[in-house]
Amino acid sequence: MAFMTPTVVRNFFGKPATRMYPITTREPFNNARGELYIDVKECNMCTLCARACPAQCITVDREKATWECDPFECVYCGVCVDVCGRKCLHQHDKYRAPETAKFVMHEQGEVKKKPKKEASDSA
Amino acid sequence: MARTIVPFGPQHPVLPEPIHVTVTLEDEIITDAVPALGYVHRGLETLADIRDHVQMIQVVERVCGICSMIHAACYVQGIEKMMEVEVPRRAEYLRVIWSELHRMHSHLLWLGLYADAFGFESLFMQFWRIRERVMDVMEATAGARVIISVNVIGGVRRDLDDDQCKWILSEIEDVEKQIRQLQSTMLSDYSVKKRTVGVGVITKEQALELGAAGPCLRGSGVAQDMRMLGYGAYDDMGFEPIVENDGDCYARGAVRFRETLQAGEIIRKAIAGLPEGEIAVKVRGRPKGEVISRVEQPRGELMYYIKANGSKNLDRLRIRTPTFANIPPLTAMLPGMELADVPVIILSIDPCISCTER
Repeated sequence: MAFMTPTVVRNFFGKPATRMYPITTREPFNNARGELYIDVKECNMCTLCARACPAQCITVDREKATWECDPFECVYCGVCVDVCGRKCLHQHDKYRAPETAKFVMHEQGEVKKKPKKEASDSA
Repeated sequence: MARTIVPFGPQHPVLPEPIHVTVTLEDEIITDAVPALGYVHRGLETLADIRDHVQMIQVVERVCGICSMIHAACYVQGIEKMMEVEVPRRAEYLRVIWSELHRMHSHLLWLGLYADAFGFESLFMQFWRIRERVMDVMEATAGARVIISVNVIGGVRRDLDDDQCKWILSEIEDVEKQIRQLQSTMLSDYSVKKRTVGVGVITKEQALELGAAGPCLRGSGVAQDMRMLGYGAYDDMGFEPIVENDGDCYARGAVRFRETLQAGEIIRKAIAGLPEGEIAVKVRGRPKGEVISRVEQPRGELMYYIKANGSKNLDRLRIRTPTFANIPPLTAMLPGMELADVPVIILSIDPCISCTER
């Protein structure tokens, strides 16, 4: 009994070990890898992120300048953020909130017209 | 005497993952045990045909939900060996720190589950409460709680600054203090000993012959630990493998309990000796050749066989996990025991079925 008493007293008067989730939540850590988002204005549709993604959840259409991501396939690994040359992909420090229906994140970028090649004189 | 055959698992309150054992009983005593696997096969090795060798780092991390970082470290270690990449020393030290954090949280998880298996619910909660602190350390330093994705071919993705190192040291000290408070309960409590001492005994010779790995082998008195090979920065850590001689459930529990504290020691040494420098080197080209990479997982020796032909995808990826090695010893532990001891004995090998079936 003497061996158990300190633990009993500590548990009786100490703070609870758990939080009243979801009323109180823990602040996320600074570097935590959460939900993915894109600053599409900066994006040049290079498709590096789509090719590197191990879950293959990103689809980039160069012609239409669209960037799509299936957030329910994303595994929060952050590889796309690392490979992005324009540094336009970022992660929030929180996970995405639960949803009742699945959807795909769709971002429309700026369609850049290719400069027309001028016919060379020699031809 | 009439024989009874009892199917144990794959769904059982004590099992976190599906393993099935057909137990043959005479009265209450087990005479034979035949395990059956294959309930959660996912075909991760075949994914190597579809995902390229860099994307496979994230895939192999998902082989195990508990020691994910060590799987990735083993895989990148193999690829680096094949491509003859010199990994910066700092990156190797950082890998040791995260590996040991993983070992710590994996053992704490197991100690909790084990306590639950012999019906000590409050001990289970105490261990899991401590484990949360280790998970917090991983989230703050690597960005995620379990699947921390820190490894890349040629190094690591995240660095630790001085403030973080100091914070980790203070957290680890606190965690160790809390674990030590549970030491008398885990290692000398009457009820715990009653359920574990002399249960599921496997001798040193049997353990070696049946190919046991990790704490299951060290609990039987064989000082075999893959970290002694000195891969990564483990050659600088200077530690001895923890060995118990009894070969019963209590010994395996004691090995893991002491290894949890040892992991804290190794983290402290790694942080103290953390060299300055780069954390990753740029790697060009594609792997070609074949390689075997071995590391020590919390459950024992993990082995990767990788064969590559110089293209984007690997030719073959074969993963041998320690639980697979520990299943034959399990069939040797069960005969002669009572049916009520089956959950404790199965838990005592720390079965990770998702690892085993990949």
